[in-house]
Amino acid sequence: MTATLIIFFVLAALAVGGALSLIFQKHPIHSALSLIVVMVALAGLYLLMGAEFVAAVQIIVYGGAIMVLFVFVIMLLNAGIEEHTNFSKLAGFPGLLLAFALTGFIAATIARATDTVQAASQPGNIASTRDLSNMIFRDFVYPFELTSFLILVAVLGAIVLAQRETRP
Amino acid sequence: MPILEHLWIIPLLPLLGATVNGLLGRTWPNKIINSVAIGATGLSFLAALEAVREFFLLSSEQIPWVKQYFSWIEAGNFRAGFDLQVDQLTLVMLLVVTGVGWLIHIYSTGYMAHEGGYYRFFAYLNLFMFFMLILVLAANYVLLFVGWEGVGLASYLLIGFYFLRKSAADAGKKAFIVNRIGDFGFMLGMFLLFRTFGTLDFVKLFDKATPLPAEALGHLGTLTVACLLLFMGAAGKSAQIPLYVWLPDAMEGPTPVSALIHAATMVTAGVYVVARSHVLFMHAPTAMLVVAVVGCATALFAATIGLVQTDIKKVLAYSTVSQLGYMFLACGVGAFSAGVFHLMTHAFFKALLFLAAGSVIHAMGGEQDMLRMGGLSKKIKWTYVTMLTGTLAIAGIPPLAGFFSKDSILLNAYLSENSGPNVGHILYAAGLFTALLTSFYMFRLIFLTFFGKERYDEHHVHVHESPKSMLIPLAILAVLSIVGGWLAAPAFWGKSDYFAKFLEPVFAAPGGSEAGTAEAVAHALETPLAIIAVLTALAGLLAAYWLYVKQPSKSDSLAKSFRGVYQTLLHKYYVDEFYSAVVVRPLLWLSTNVFWKTVDVSIIDGAVNGIAEGITVVGDGTRRAQSGNTRSYAVWVVVGAIVIVAVIFWPHVRPVLGVAR
Amino acid sequence: MIPTNYYVVLSAILFGLGVLAFIFKRNIISIFMSIELMLNAVNLAFVAFSQAMHKVDGQVFVLFVIVVAAAEAAVGLAIIILTARNRQSLNVERVDLLKL
Repeated sequence: MTATLIIFFVLAALAVGGALSLIFQKHPIHSALSLIVVMVALAGLYLLMGAEFVAAVQIIVYGGAIMVLFVFVIMLLNAGIEEHTNFSKLAGFPGLLLAFALTGFIAATIARATDTVQAASQPGNIASTRDLSNMIFRDFVYPFELTSFLILVAVLGAIVLAQRETRP
Repeated sequence: MPILEHLWIIPLLPLLGATVNGLLGRTWPNKIINSVAIGATGLSFLAALEAVREFFLLSSEQIPWVKQYFSWIEAGNFRAGFDLQVDQLTLVMLLVVTGVGWLIHIYSTGYMAHEGGYYRFFAYLNLFMFFMLILVLAANYVLLFVGWEGVGLASYLLIGFYFLRKSAADAGKKAFIVNRIGDFGFMLGMFLLFRTFGTLDFVKLFDKATPLPAEALGHLGTLTVACLLLFMGAAGKSAQIPLYVWLPDAMEGPTPVSALIHAATMVTAGVYVVARSHVLFMHAPTAMLVVAVVGCATALFAATIGLVQTDIKKVLAYSTVSQLGYMFLACGVGAFSAGVFHLMTHAFFKALLFLAAGSVIHAMGGEQDMLRMGGLSKKIKWTYVTMLTGTLAIAGIPPLAGFFSKDSILLNAYLSENSGPNVGHILYAAGLFTALLTSFYMFRLIFLTFFGKERYDEHHVHVHESPKSMLIPLAILAVLSIVGGWLAAPAFWGKSDYFAKFLEPVFAAPGGSEAGTAEAVAHALETPLAIIAVLTALAGLLAAYWLYVKQPSKSDSLAKSFRGVYQTLLHKYYVDEFYSAVVVRPLLWLSTNVFWKTVDVSIIDGAVNGIAEGITVVGDGTRRAQSGNTRSYAVWVVVGAIVIVAVIFWPHVRPVLGVAR
Repeated sequence: MIPTNYYVVLSAILFGLGVLAFIFKRNIISIFMSIELMLNAVNLAFVAFSQAMHKVDGQVFVLFVIVVAAAEAAVGLAIIILTARNRQSLNVERVDLLKL
C-alpha cells in the first residue's frame, strides 16, 4: 500500500460520499454543498494524476463559478425542502433497477477489459501547462474560438431569459 | 404471292370495319354503315378467293404454308407468335366463313333495317368475323385460343343485342359462362400439350407427335387426356352434351346472328379444332371413341327434343345441335374429311334455313310460334321455295348436299372398327334413327308453317314478302345447298370423292382410317346404305305429312296419350332445371355464404380493418409513454443510454452477460 | 502506480450515482446538479485515459467540457428561474402541462 493508493482511496471515498449525500439530502442547498465536496475531491484526483492545470480550472471554474451560481439561484428562488410527490410510476423501483444496470454494465465492462487500460499511470508531469496551451491554441484553436462564442450566446440568453417583464 | 405473303389482310379487313362502324357509326345513316360492313367482309371474301388461287400454285413441300408475323410470347424456350397458316382445311373453312358471312351481312341489311343500334350490330358482326378468321388461320394453339375466346365474346355481345330484354341478357351470360367451362378444359389441354411437347405450333407439334405409338384403348395416356380436354372445349363451343344448354337460349339474338354464329361458323369451331388435331386424336383411340359416342348421343338427344318444339327458331337450334353431333361422330370414327364436308354443307343449308325462318318471322311481323302460322306457302313464295330446298337438303334427299355428307358419315360409322366390332353398327343405327327424326321434325316445321289453315288473325298480321336484300342471299344459299354436295358425288360411280381427295394431304396420317382393304368393302356397301338412308328420309317426310296435313288432330291426341313422354320432351328433359339445382344454386350458395360472407368480409376485410385497428391500439398504448411527467422521461433517457452503451461495447459486453461465443 | 482501471471504475460509480440522483430527486435544481455530477464523472475518465495514453488531448477535451458545462448551467438556471416564477413551485412533477 503506497501513499498514492491511500490518498486515492481517501479521495475516492470522499467523492462517492459526496455523491451519496447529494442523493439523500432533502434540501437543495445541502445537495449543492455536497456537490462542491465532490468537485474538490475530483480536483484532488486530478492532481494525483498530474494534471495540475485541469485541477486548477476545476476548482476555479466549476467550484468557484458554477456552484456559486447554483447557490445564488437556490437563494433567489427560496428553495425549500422538496415536497414528496410521486406522480411517475416509472421513476421508482424500475428506475432504481435501471440505474444499477447501467452502472453495473459500464463498470463490469471496464473491469473485464484486459487491454491497454491496465497501463500504470506515471506520476509527475505528463503534460505541462505549456504543452496544453500549445495544443489548445494550435490544434484546437477553432473549437476554442467557437466555445468563446458559445459563452457569449449563453450569457446573452441568460440575461434575456431572466429579465423581469417590463410593463409598458 | 401477294395475299399469301400478307395473310393478315384477311382478318384485318373485318376488324377495320368493326372499328370504323363501332367508333364512328353512331350518327351515320344506314347506307354508309352498310357499305363499310359489307365492303369489309366482301373484300375479305375476295382476298380469301385470291388466297385459294395462289394456293394452287404452290408446290406440295410448301404446304402447309406458314407465315410468321410477329413474336407475341417469348419465354425461355416457348414461343407463340402471331403466325398464320394455310392448308387445304384452312381454305375450306376460310371460304365458308367469308362466303356465308358475306351473304349473311347482305341479308342483315334488310332484316335489321328498322332496328335500333344498327351500327352496333354490324360492328359486332364484323368483330366476330375478325376473331373467327383468326381462329381459322392460326398456326398455333395459342392464337387459335385468342380467336376462340374472341368469338365467344362476339357471341355474347350479339346474343344480348337486345340487352334491354332480361331474357336476352341472361341468354348472353349463359352462353358465355357455359363456354367458359369448356374453355377451362381447352386450356388444360393446351397446357398438357405444351408440357409434353414443348411447343404449341401445329406443324412442330404434329411432327413430334406422329412417330409416337398410339395409346391403348381404355388407357388414359397423356395424349388421350389432352385430347379429351381439347374435346371438352370443343363440346362447349359446339354445343355437345353436357354443354349444349346455351344454344337454344341463344336464339334470343337476332336471326342473322343465329344463322351466322350459331349455325354456320362459330359452333363449327369445335369440329375444326378436332379436325386440326386429328394427328393427336388418331393416337388416342379412347378419345376418339368418346368423341364418337358423345356426338352420336347428342345427335339423337337433340333430335328427340326438336320433335315437339313450337318456336321455329328453337327447332332449328336443336337441329343444329343434332347435326353438330353428326360431325363429331364422323371425326370420332376417323372420317375427318367426311366431318368437314358435313360442316360445309351444313353451313349452307342451316344458314339458309335460319335466314328463311327470319324471312318468315319478318313476314309475320315478329311472330315465332309455329302454332300461330299456317298456309303461308302461297303468300311468301320465294321464302317457301328456299326453305323447302334447305329442308330437303337437311333431310338427306338426293341429289341435294345433305344427302352426300350425311351418307358419307353413316357409311364410315358403319365401317369403323377402331373400338370394337359392334360399336360401329350401334353408332350407325343410332345415326340412322336420328336421320329419321331429323327428316320428321324438319318436314313438320314446313307443314306447320306453310300448309294448312291460317291459324293467325288476318287483320292483325299483314303477311308480306321480304325485300330483295334478304331474298338474294336466300337464293344463293339455296343453289349452294343443291350443288354443294356434288364434290363428293363422283364416289358413286367409281371415281373418287373430290372433296376427300382435296383434304387428303391434311388428313392422311399413318394408320389413318382410309386403309386399302376397307376401300373395297366401302364401295360395295355404299349403294345399299345410301338407299336405306333415302328411304328413312322419305319415311320421315311421310310421317310428318300424315300427322300434320292429313290428320292434324292426330298429333294432339298422340300428345295426350303419351303425355309423360311429350311433357319431358317439351321441357327438354328438364336438363336446365337439373343444372340449376345441381350446379347453379349450390355455386351461388357457396359464393354468397362462403366466399363473400366468410372469406371476403370476415377474413380479408377483417384482416385489413384489423391491421388498422391494431395500429390504433398500439398507438393508444404508445401514447402512454408521453405522459407529460418529466421523471418518467428521465427513466426513458436512462434506458436509451443503456441500449447505446450495450450496442457500442457489444464485444466487451458479451462476457459480462455470459453470452456464449 | 494506480491502475487506470480504478479511476475509470470510480468514474462509472460516480456516473451511476448521478443517474440515480437524476431519477429520484424532485427538485429541479437538484436534478440539474446531478447532471453536473455526471459531467464530472466523465471528466475524470477523460483525464485518466489522457494520462494512460500519455497524450494531452484528453485534458483539452476536459477543458471544453467544463466550458460547455458553464454555458449550460447559465442558460439552464435562467430557464429554471422562469419556470419557477410561472409555476410557483420547484417540484419537477408540477411541470406537467404536456400531460393529456
